[in-house]
Amino acid sequence: MTTRIVELRRGILKKNDELAAELRTRYTAAGALVLNLVSSPGTGKTEFLQHTLTDLLARGKRAAALVGDLETDNDARRLAASGAPVRQINTHGICHLDAEMIGKHLEGWEGVSLDQLDYLFIENVGNLVCPSSYDLGEKIRVALLSVTEGEDKPLKYPTLFNSADAAVITKMDIAEPCGFDRELALKNINEIRPGIRIFETSAKTGAGMDEWVEYLVKARA
Amino acid sequence: MHELSVVSSIVDVVTESLAAYPGARVVEVRLKVGALASVVRESLEFCYEIATKETRLEGSRLEVKVLPVVIHCAVCNQDAELEGVQSFRCPKCDEPSYDLRQGRELEIDSIEIDEDEETA
Repeated sequence: MTTRIVELRRGILKKNDELAAELRTRYTAAGALVLNLVSSPGTGKTEFLQHTLTDLLARGKRAAALVGDLETDNDARRLAASGAPVRQINTHGICHLDAEMIGKHLEGWEGVSLDQLDYLFIENVGNLVCPSSYDLGEKIRVALLSVTEGEDKPLKYPTLFNSADAAVITKMDIAEPCGFDRELALKNINEIRPGIRIFETSAKTGAGMDEWVEYLVKARA
Repeated sequence: MHELSVVSSIVDVVTESLAAYPGARVVEVRLKVGALASVVRESLEFCYEIATKETRLEGSRLEVKVLPVVIHCAVCNQDAELEGVQSFRCPKCDEPSYDLRQGRELEIDSIEIDEDEETA
């Protein structure tokens, strides 16, 4: 009997990373800016995204969305009210989207092809842990946090906030009754991800949405 | 809680590399996991036993080495290891840094196998 050490040095999620790299090449070639929206359940991703899509369409931009949930197509139906093409991805128990699911749902999407899109939004499954490990080939990863969740969320979930390119605080219209400490929240986000661009928004009143949409327009320019 | 998916990927990767060692028995699988990799060692170990059943990894040990976060400080012009993941500042000069040099790893470093002399 001989004992041998075999060096592998292989990424465990290498298959996902390779698929994500292929997707990234496709997005770039098609000229579509792809964003991955990640938050806890109940942060208001869908409401925020619906407003974002509506605003982009009003500016003559072409935008579409893939939305991930364990079950139901409720979110896809809500988002479709914006007028943008939307496709639901049901993960049936899986707690995150992966690159393979995105690739599959880009195929055979009636009326949508990547090269006719300016923006593709991917609304991830509501979860602040697992989606952070799965690259979807996105250009911009957005971490969302609502004023009802507590200012220390970035400290509790540092992996996601650290890997984000932009942060969005939602439901700012109810910040005061919730006793939301804005300064502390901004400090905590910056502590985990120094220098990140932070947007303070309310999809309900529209506050902060113009600044966000301007950012999207510039990010694609 | 995606440790089961992670462990399933480990089984796939190791099984694939075992093709070169037909009669070998896996003794240990050694992982390097960054402090920011968002997987929990205990959950990995728990899932490992389940996911390796009836595979060539059955009965093997899982060794998890956790790597601390290392940032590069532009002010000190050197890399610095962080004690935790609650603040991304240089421990020497307190400058915030997003220049991550280590901490997101999720990889199989090596495997230890036993081979019969004849097949070795």
